[in-house]
Amino acid sequence: MDLTVNGTQHQIDAEYDTPLLWVLRDQLGLMGTKYGCGIAQCGACTVHVDGFAVRSCQQAIGSLDGAEVTTIEGLGQPEALHAVQEAWVETQVAQCGFCQSGQIMQAASLLADDPNPSDEKIDAVMSGNLCRCGTYPRIRAAIRLAQSKMGA
Amino acid sequence: MSRLGTITRRAFLVGTAAVGGAAIFGTYVVARPHDNPLMNDLPEGAVAFNPWVKIDGESITLMTPHADIGQGVEHMQTVLMAEELDLDLDQFETSPGIPSAAYYNGAFAEEGAETFAALLPLPATVLHAMLSPALKMVGIQGTGGSTSVPDSWIKLRTAAASARETLKQAAANTYGVSVGDLKTESGAVVLPDGTQVRYQELAAAAASIRPVQNVTLRSSDQWRYIGKPTERRDIVNKSTGAPIYGIDQVVPGMVHAAVRTNPRRGPMLKHDAAPAQSMPGVQQVVEVTNGVAVTADSTWRAFKGVEAIDVEWGPAPYPAEQEDHWANAEGSFTDERFQATWRNDGDVDSAIGDGSVTANYRAPYIAHQPLEPLNAIVTVTDEAVDVIAGHQMPTLLRGVVSAITGHEQDKINFRNLHSGGSFGHRLEFENIKLAAEIANQMRGTPVKLTFTREEDFVQDFPRHLAVARARGAVSNGRVTAIDMDVAGAPVVASQMSRAGITLGGPDSQIVAGIFSAPYGNVENFRVRGYAVPDIGPTSSWRAVGASYGGFLIETFVDELIHAAGADQVEERLRMIDDPVSKRVLETCAEMAGWDNTRPEGRHVGVALVHSFGVPVAEIVELEQTDRGIKLHNVWVVADPGTVIDPVNIENLIQGGVIWGLGHAMNSEITYSDGMAQQTNYHAAEGMRLYQCPEIHVRTLENNKSIRGIGEPPTPPAFPALGNAIFAATGERLRETPYNKFVDFV
Repeated sequence: MDLTVNGTQHQIDAEYDTPLLWVLRDQLGLMGTKYGCGIAQCGACTVHVDGFAVRSCQQAIGSLDGAEVTTIEGLGQPEALHAVQEAWVETQVAQCGFCQSGQIMQAASLLADDPNPSDEKIDAVMSGNLCRCGTYPRIRAAIRLAQSKMGA
Repeated sequence: MSRLGTITRRAFLVGTAAVGGAAIFGTYVVARPHDNPLMNDLPEGAVAFNPWVKIDGESITLMTPHADIGQGVEHMQTVLMAEELDLDLDQFETSPGIPSAAYYNGAFAEEGAETFAALLPLPATVLHAMLSPALKMVGIQGTGGSTSVPDSWIKLRTAAASARETLKQAAANTYGVSVGDLKTESGAVVLPDGTQVRYQELAAAAASIRPVQNVTLRSSDQWRYIGKPTERRDIVNKSTGAPIYGIDQVVPGMVHAAVRTNPRRGPMLKHDAAPAQSMPGVQQVVEVTNGVAVTADSTWRAFKGVEAIDVEWGPAPYPAEQEDHWANAEGSFTDERFQATWRNDGDVDSAIGDGSVTANYRAPYIAHQPLEPLNAIVTVTDEAVDVIAGHQMPTLLRGVVSAITGHEQDKINFRNLHSGGSFGHRLEFENIKLAAEIANQMRGTPVKLTFTREEDFVQDFPRHLAVARARGAVSNGRVTAIDMDVAGAPVVASQMSRAGITLGGPDSQIVAGIFSAPYGNVENFRVRGYAVPDIGPTSSWRAVGASYGGFLIETFVDELIHAAGADQVEERLRMIDDPVSKRVLETCAEMAGWDNTRPEGRHVGVALVHSFGVPVAEIVELEQTDRGIKLHNVWVVADPGTVIDPVNIENLIQGGVIWGLGHAMNSEITYSDGMAQQTNYHAAEGMRLYQCPEIHVRTLENNKSIRGIGEPPTPPAFPALGNAIFAATGERLRETPYNKFVDFV
C-alpha cells in the first residue's frame, strides 16, 4: 500500500494489522516515534495522520492506504525547529525525553486546531500523554510559549 | 544499652569489613589510581590527562561516566568540567566511556558512612575515611542514590583544572613564556601578547609532560556556569525525536527478539513453539531462563510470535496471594526477624507508658515503569561480547554478562546510552541477561531484545513492601515520644543478589527516611527495623526506603501533633534540632502562607523529610470537590547545599514531587496467583497532566555539603498529600495508594 510520511511516498509491505508505529520504526527507520505501552495509554507514539493527532500503536497499517503521516522528524529538525519544538527547547521541558515526541506532536495538533486554547482544554487534550518524569508544569508553560510564537 | 549493643552480630561484621579498607589493601595500593581507560587506544598526538578529559588535534572529549537516565547528569558533568577548563558549552563532545573501575562512585561511601554511623559508635566522617578505600578498591561504577553530583563535584572540577594547568604548561614550554603569564578562555590558552592557542593545537605537547596535579579549584565568585541557567546538552535531541535511546539503535544484520518469562518468576514447565514457528517473519524460538524467546525480522513480528506460544508456568517462589505478603510482613515483629535499632534517643518505653497514640501503616509494592521499555542489543562472538543499552551499573553489567557467555570481563564491551527514564529500573539486569542468553545461542548475530510493556510490568522488581507499628506520646501540646517499628522486604539483599553479590547485615532501606528525621528535640525517639522473609523480590525505586519511610514517619508525626492540639508547622519547628532543616520548613511555610486564611474549601498538609542528605519540605493545598479531591498547589523547599543549574533543579524537584503524588494517589503492584495484577499503565498510571497542581519551588544553600536532588523531593509528597486529605476530610489514610479510600478529580 502507499503511505506518505513526512512528504515522502513509501510502498509498505506488511500484514494488515501491523501498527503504524512499527512500520515507522522498523521499516522506515524513523525512531522519533516511541513505543511506550502499545495500548494507547501513554501517547508516546503520537503522530499526525491527515492532520490529526493519533496513537500510531493503534493504527493498523492496512487502514492507512493513501494516508499522509507526519512524525516528529517531519514536524521540525534541529536547524529548522517547529514553533512548538522551539518552545520545548527554550522551556527546557525534557528530562528523560522519551515521551516528548508524543507530547510535542499532541501539542502541535492542539495549537493547529485551537490557536488560543483555555487552560482546561490544554489539560484535557494533553492528559492522554503520560510523562513519568513529571514535566507537566513545563509542558503547560511551553504550550503557552509556543502559542505566543505562533501568534507572532 | 548502647546502640552498638543493640545491633546484630552480622551487622557488626559488615561494619568491621567496611572499616578494614586501608588496612586490608595496604596504603600504597589504595593511594594508587586506577588505570586510565582512555589510554587503551589513545592515538599519537592525543592526550588523556586523566579518565575524564581527552584532547586530540581535532576535538575535545569530556567523559560522562554517570549514566543519564533523564536527570540531566550528562550535562551536569560537562558543566563542572567546562567551568574549570574554560570551555564554551559547544566546544566539546561527550562520551560515557567504557566501563571502568577508574569511574568508581566515591559518593557511595559517603552515603554508606552516614547510614552505618547510626549503628556504630563512630562519627560518619571517621567511617567515611575508612569506607572510602574499600569502595575504591572494589571499583564499582554506578549511578544511583542521588550520588552523581556529590561524586562528581570535586573530582570532575579537579580533573578539568589539572587539564587546564597542563595545557598552560605545554603552552609555556612551546612558546617560551612563563606559566604565570598565561590564562585560558573559550577553549584556548591566551599568550601574553593576546594570541589564542586552541587546546587542540597543544594536545601533542601536553601529552609529553606529566599532568599538573596540584591545582586550586575556583571559588564560587569566579564561576561562569555553576549556579546559573545553562541549556541542557540533550535538550534539542530530546525535542526533535533524535535516536538517542537504546531502543532506537540499529546494528547491521541484527534480528529482533521478544521474550515471555514466567509471570510468577518460577520455572517454565513446558512450551509449544509450533504456533509461532509458522508465523510471518518469525525466525527462531529459543529457551531462556524461566521462559522463551522469539526472534523475527521486526519488533512487532517478534511480539506477535512470542505471544502465540503455548506455555505452562510453574509456581511462584513467594506467596501467591497479596494478602499473604501482608500477613508475612505483619507477622515479622519478632526477635528472630529483628535487625537493628537505628535510633534510640531517650527512653521511649518509659515516656510512652500507657497513654500512647498508636497507628499501623502499610506501604505497597510499586512498579518503576519508566516510559522506555527495557531493551538491549547484544552480539556474542567467540572473541567478545558487545552490549548496547542504557544502564546504571556498567562494571557490574560486565560481570553479569560474563557469567552467561563465559568471556573474560575485559572482552565485554558496553556502549551506554541515554535512558528513557529509570527510577531504579535500570539498576537491574533482566534485559541484559535475557538478550545475552538469546545472543549466546546464535553467536555472530546481533540480537535486539525489546520488552513488551506487559512483560516489563510483570517482570518489574517493585518497590519493597513494608508495614509499620507506631506508638507515641504527647504532653502539654508537645510531641514527647516517637517509637516506630518497621517490617520491610530486605530490598538491598534482593537487588544485589541478582548482580551476584551476597550481602549480610541490617538493611538500612527498611527504615531509611525515618531514623534520619531531624527531630532531635523529641526527647524519646526510637526506630527499629525487621526483615520480612518469604516475600517477593524487590528493588530500588526512586528514593528507595525513604519513599515509604517519609510516609510512615511524617504521617505519624502529623497524627501526634494533631493529638497534641498543636500547629503542624510550629510543633515540627520546635521538634527540629538541625538549623538547615528548620530553615527549609520555615521557608516552605512562608511561601505557602501557612498562617494565612485560605480560600473557602482549601486545606493544606505539610511534611518534612531528610533523605540522601537533603531536607525537603512540602505543603500540599487541595480541595474536596463533588468530583473528588483536586490538588491546587504544592510549595516545596529543598536544600542540596549548592545549586548547579537552577532550571534543571526546578524541573527535577517538580518531577520528584509529581512522582510521589501520582504514586501516592493511584499506584501499587499486587499479586494474585503469583502474578502481578497490574500489566500496563491503565492499572498503575501515576499522575496525569490534568491532575497536576501548581508546584512552587525554592532551593536553599545552607547544607554543609553538596547533594543530589533526584530522589529527595519524592518522600515528602506522600505524607504531605495524605496530611492535607486529613485536614480536608478528617479521614486519616494509613496506606497508599490513597485512591483505595478517597476519589481524586
